[in-house]
Amino acid sequence: MRYSAFSVFLNALKGNKGWKPAWRSPVPKNHYDVIIVGGGGHGLSTAYYLAKEFGITNVAVLEKGYVGSGNVGRNTTIIRSNYLLEGNNPFYELSMKLWEGLEQDFNFNAMVSQRGVLNLYHSDAQRDAYTRRGNAMRLHGVDSELLDRNGVRQMLPFLDFDNARFPIQGALMQRRGGTVRHDAVAWGYARGADSRGVDIIQNCEVKGIRRENGRVVGVETSLGFIGCGKLALAAAGNSTTVADMVDMKLPIESHVLQAFVSEGLKPFIDNVVTFGAGHFYVSQSDKGGLVFGGDIDGYNSYAQRGNLATVEHVAEAGVAMIPALSRVRVLRSWGGVMDMSMDGSPIIDRTHIDNLYLNAGWCYGGFKATPASGFCYAHLIATNEPHETGRAFRLDRFARGKMIDEKGVGAQPNLH
Amino acid sequence: MASLIACPHCGPRPKEEFTIRGDAGIARPLPDAGEDEWHAYVYLRDNPRGRHKEHWHHTSGCRRWLVVERDTMTHAIYTVTDASAQGETA
Amino acid sequence: MSSYRLSKGGNIDRAKPLDFTFDGKPMQGFVGDTLASALLANGRQLVGRSFKYHRPRGILTAGAAEPNALVTIGEGGRTEANSRATLVELYNGLTAKSQNRWPSVDFDLGAVNSLLSPFLSAGFYYKTFMWPAAFWEKVYEPIIRKAAGLGRATYEADPDSYEKCWAHCDLLVIGAGPAGLAAALTAGRTGARIILVDEGFTPGGSLLSETEQDATNLLAQTIAELDSLPNVRIFSRTTVFGWYDGNVFGAVESVQKNTVTVDPNRPVERLWRIAAKHAILASGAEERPLVFGGNDVPGVMMAGAMRSYLNRQAVAPGHSTVIFTNDASGYATARDLEAAGLHVAAIIDSRPDAPQKWTGSARVLTNAVVLDVKGGRAVKSVEVFSNGRTETIPADALGMSGGWSPIIHLACHRGAKPVWSDAKSAFLAPEKQEGLTLAGSAAGLGSFEACLGDGAAKAVPALEALGFSNASAAFAATSDNAIVSKPLWRVQGSKGKAFVDYQNDVHLKDLGLAVSEGYVHVELAKRYTTNGMATDQGKLSNINAIGILAEARKVSPADVGTTTFRPFYTPLSFGALTGASKGKHFQPVRKSPLHDWAKKNGAVFVETGLWYRSSWFPKAGETTWRESVDREVLNVRKNAGICDVSTLGKIEIHGKDAAEFLNRVYCNAFLKLPVGKARYGLMLREDGMIYDDGTTSRLGENHFFMTTTTAYAAGVMNHLEFCAQALWPDLDVQFASSTDQWAQIAVVGPKSRTILQALVDEDISDAAFPFLGAKEVSLFGGKLTGRLFRISFSGELAYELAVPAGYGEAVADAIMEAGAPHGICPYGVEALGVMRIEKGHVTHSEINGTVIPSDLGFAKMVSTAKPDFIGKAMLSREGMVAADRLSLVGVKPIDPATTFKTGSHILAKGATPSLANDQGYVSSSCYSPNLGSTIGLALVKRGPQRHGERVTVWNDLKNEYTEAELCSPVFFDPENGKLHG
Repeated sequence: MRYSAFSVFLNALKGNKGWKPAWRSPVPKNHYDVIIVGGGGHGLSTAYYLAKEFGITNVAVLEKGYVGSGNVGRNTTIIRSNYLLEGNNPFYELSMKLWEGLEQDFNFNAMVSQRGVLNLYHSDAQRDAYTRRGNAMRLHGVDSELLDRNGVRQMLPFLDFDNARFPIQGALMQRRGGTVRHDAVAWGYARGADSRGVDIIQNCEVKGIRRENGRVVGVETSLGFIGCGKLALAAAGNSTTVADMVDMKLPIESHVLQAFVSEGLKPFIDNVVTFGAGHFYVSQSDKGGLVFGGDIDGYNSYAQRGNLATVEHVAEAGVAMIPALSRVRVLRSWGGVMDMSMDGSPIIDRTHIDNLYLNAGWCYGGFKATPASGFCYAHLIATNEPHETGRAFRLDRFARGKMIDEKGVGAQPNLH
Repeated sequence: MASLIACPHCGPRPKEEFTIRGDAGIARPLPDAGEDEWHAYVYLRDNPRGRHKEHWHHTSGCRRWLVVERDTMTHAIYTVTDASAQGETA
Repeated sequence: MSSYRLSKGGNIDRAKPLDFTFDGKPMQGFVGDTLASALLANGRQLVGRSFKYHRPRGILTAGAAEPNALVTIGEGGRTEANSRATLVELYNGLTAKSQNRWPSVDFDLGAVNSLLSPFLSAGFYYKTFMWPAAFWEKVYEPIIRKAAGLGRATYEADPDSYEKCWAHCDLLVIGAGPAGLAAALTAGRTGARIILVDEGFTPGGSLLSETEQDATNLLAQTIAELDSLPNVRIFSRTTVFGWYDGNVFGAVESVQKNTVTVDPNRPVERLWRIAAKHAILASGAEERPLVFGGNDVPGVMMAGAMRSYLNRQAVAPGHSTVIFTNDASGYATARDLEAAGLHVAAIIDSRPDAPQKWTGSARVLTNAVVLDVKGGRAVKSVEVFSNGRTETIPADALGMSGGWSPIIHLACHRGAKPVWSDAKSAFLAPEKQEGLTLAGSAAGLGSFEACLGDGAAKAVPALEALGFSNASAAFAATSDNAIVSKPLWRVQGSKGKAFVDYQNDVHLKDLGLAVSEGYVHVELAKRYTTNGMATDQGKLSNINAIGILAEARKVSPADVGTTTFRPFYTPLSFGALTGASKGKHFQPVRKSPLHDWAKKNGAVFVETGLWYRSSWFPKAGETTWRESVDREVLNVRKNAGICDVSTLGKIEIHGKDAAEFLNRVYCNAFLKLPVGKARYGLMLREDGMIYDDGTTSRLGENHFFMTTTTAYAAGVMNHLEFCAQALWPDLDVQFASSTDQWAQIAVVGPKSRTILQALVDEDISDAAFPFLGAKEVSLFGGKLTGRLFRISFSGELAYELAVPAGYGEAVADAIMEAGAPHGICPYGVEALGVMRIEKGHVTHSEINGTVIPSDLGFAKMVSTAKPDFIGKAMLSREGMVAADRLSLVGVKPIDPATTFKTGSHILAKGATPSLANDQGYVSSSCYSPNLGSTIGLALVKRGPQRHGERVTVWNDLKNEYTEAELCSPVFFDPENGKLHG
């Protein structure tokens, strides 16, 4: 059933009784050409593009919880393609381009809102780093602007320009950056994949990977054995747990990242703004809540909850950036489990097992990558060749000394 | 993360005095160990659900490096020992 | 009636009136009122508009769960949107405004949405607003954003202060209702350290709403005894908002939120982190709304809230009240209303056989439900369906009770899942959790006596486990005689909208739609309909939504499960979480021991991490910073300059294996560094990248002195300790950071030796103290001992003199005095930077975490002889030896009149700008007054092989495209003649 203003109108006249399920609840088949482990954003977008771009529709997405129960529904909804390095920049720009046409493509309003992302800088060194980054973006045709203090002040007069410990000097801005309604991304891809024949199987936990003669033949699940021709892992946050099933040790640690939402407010802040003198980033949802976050807690955790001290640090940075936040109340905090990789960049690659594929290591940047991740991963699964924009995300890049380290902090995940 | 870490030198102290480095499950290879062993040491991580050994530094205390065995599901701390006691046998 | 205040009764002080305004209208209440009770007393039931349909909404509850009565309190920088009127303690001068309405709460044009509601079904926005694509940001989204949201936040900074504290106790009791008081009393008598926390402005919880003398006496006596116990602290107006690891509870205390005359010397709120050995959660229970048509018309209220307003604040809900209940609570409210002389029109009991005894005057309709409530902005009548017939009962208030849900929020903050109990018809917290026990109605009990007994009983084992063997229950255990009825999740045949989540306007049909569209999982239904996502986080709505989903799926609520309880129990201000760390105090300030010296010499300071460093020293008549910096540079190279380098990290290294240790942490050799010599060292990470650089001097056979960069001082220290303790514990080496102990002064320039010799007792001639000399020296004829290093960052004859921090300013003064005849000038980090770029010396602008020694021309420094050093193993990887790595070069414009900026990229001349054609970037740049041109250092692919190549320095951000030439990074005195001068 196609969604449109007209369908909303027609259904309303019929008491909204005509709506069909957005996706089916199929019983798993015995065998699929491709099984994707993980019904989050990346798994669902991979299934969608496998079906749409490569015509591979005998696909199952296995999700241990409900559709979108992982980090796709547990993030601060920011999209941007303001990356520095050659390995990242074209990939995230591909993602941005896919975001820009996504809703019409999968016929679901995910509220892609290109409201502009500003990264504040507070020192000459930060300005120079942003100059380098902004120019790198422009070399690939990505929009970027370097604002000075007055430029920022005109857009965001309520930031602390008068009493700051680290005065704001300016910002790197990407106007095409913005936010997306996160759950809707999962639902839109799920609906789009389902309508093309993909089986989305919820409440189906993968418990083991069955191998014969060095190849994967299927997965043991809470719903029994399901055979497959190719197995694609997309379980960020839990990548190690799944990789352990084939004795694959990953360059990944699982960390908790907290995020927050305030009480609903009338329009308060129109852009996405990232503080440069502490860990804080904020935007406002269309519903009115300020959605914000900070740094990871810093220790390995699978607990999906964080520490009060981190909450305090985030609030401190928030008030340092916007003093008026002081009287705003924070409604809720939550924690997501991040695949933190050794260089802060992800992995989309084949593995030592011929028909096993890996999509992992998204750190806390996986949401914005959802379309391109699925697009490139689908390409890899379908053709056994990496898509040109995801070519650098190799699993063996550490052994080869080809890290993609935007921050330059090395093999210490909690610093990325 | 537990709010207190029992430093073997200083007793139970607030977590905020400590900083984490990460996985303490693998010893630094010998200089002539092969590429694979070095790669594993620098880049691959034990990342279990449950008990996990990590290096923590009592930064705002005695400044000793410690090995903290901790649960990554419950955040409970099982043992804390001085890193030098673990030595090369980790 | 214009006033709903009864002439007698209640815990208000009628002798103490309080003036306040609502939407500008003056009103009066009394001490003992909440804003909600005062509004009700003034006949103000309609206080807000709903989120989506802008329906008129009244006060529904008397507590933290309030979804409707959200108002904006205060003025200017003290404006607080979305304040729950039910929790706001009334004070003189309070100003409150309604929200989400235009032009007024009584007449709101947004209410047109109600007419459009069929088109605004759950998730409708996911299905439309997609065409044309560009319209989302331009048209649809701005309209939606404007319509959405609740209150309006101020942009003014908060004038008030906040503070954060730690508290420690043996037993924390959360909630000062019957169970909490009983637990606190039991515990207090043992001598254990007790903290009793309650969100209200008076402890007592549900006891405050009781009229029976027994309850009132018990409350007074218990509080009196607790007050007398020195080991018991009672925190009123304090809400525990989260349970964290290590049994730390976050709580926020409202200190001065009940006054307009804020004492600036005290915080308005205080954040507590309470470390409790054990906690008893006695947070009570939440009354469940009933889901029926018109259940949101102002005048519909929770029966318990109605009773609370009646008994605590002597406020009548209306002239004639209908009670709709499937629980005893409705009868208790009816009883108290009649006792207060108010008319109860009927008790509508959904149960076939009303189990409660009723001796009042109101008639009781059993097996009856409310189908609809008539009236727009106030209840006019109630349509009741009972035993096959429909009846309309005139009334102006309706009290409802659908039973009770234990408040288990905090008990589930650390991952525990609630457990459905058929016996209690409610979700309970899991019983065994380390460090926390639930008591009273939070544990599912109903009657007041049972809660008292349970609070006391639960405290005893908790205390015994803590070693207080003398604990004995302050109240006897009593069996719970409360009757739990089967829940009524929704009224079938409801007319109009039956709301489940009031604030987010989620009604019965929305949940049905979610199920039929496949959003069946409780989390999906929540996210699709937004049920439970309002500012009350589903305190009222979640349980009914679960029940409705369970019915739709024909399963038990146990199978539906709950959404996740997460902090915060009630919303928490940024201010409280921030405490004093704001404005200039956001981060601490570090000042060099020479800060005051620099200040009196006119320094302009710059934030460098936590430090303030002197940037340049303007002289009278200089109008731009460049003028000052150029002068400083020229003067240093011609005469002499003095610069504060105290912020560099300084580490004392001792031990008989110190040399061996340094040999392992630096990539270059240190084993054979002679005593009395300094050496430049390059420290790698284990992945082969350069971590930090600096000079290390050997002051004795087993004593070294290391300097680090300012930014990496702490990191290097941690790294050294890690290597020594965790990697090589067999080595005998110890470290002490002495960054703050030494004032370190660079004396630089051709005349530096002459100047310094005036202070230093020893001979520092080139022969006696050659380049890279390092030794302890006597100063001022033996008055002071310092350390002198002949090292140079500028390429000039230069020294660094370290003296104990307290002497720094005096020594700097003495150097200035001795140097005056030689033209010495103070200079800052800008001039320092210019001179280092002129010499091609790198800093963290180049050492950016992705460079290895060979990238910066240090290939020869990397020892091939040493068997091991940190980073060695990784240097031989394919990517590390690749020919196209970015490597250090100099870059200068072809035309010295042109310039470029750091961060510009390098393109081959004539190349199309693209990532593929990107050759590298300018890592540092400055204007060199010695060369009369901008110069830069750049990291360029195959850089060292490209000296002489013409390139474009590309700064598209500023439309600057500069023709330039790659060259040696050493622009000045490449033969180092001046260094050895």
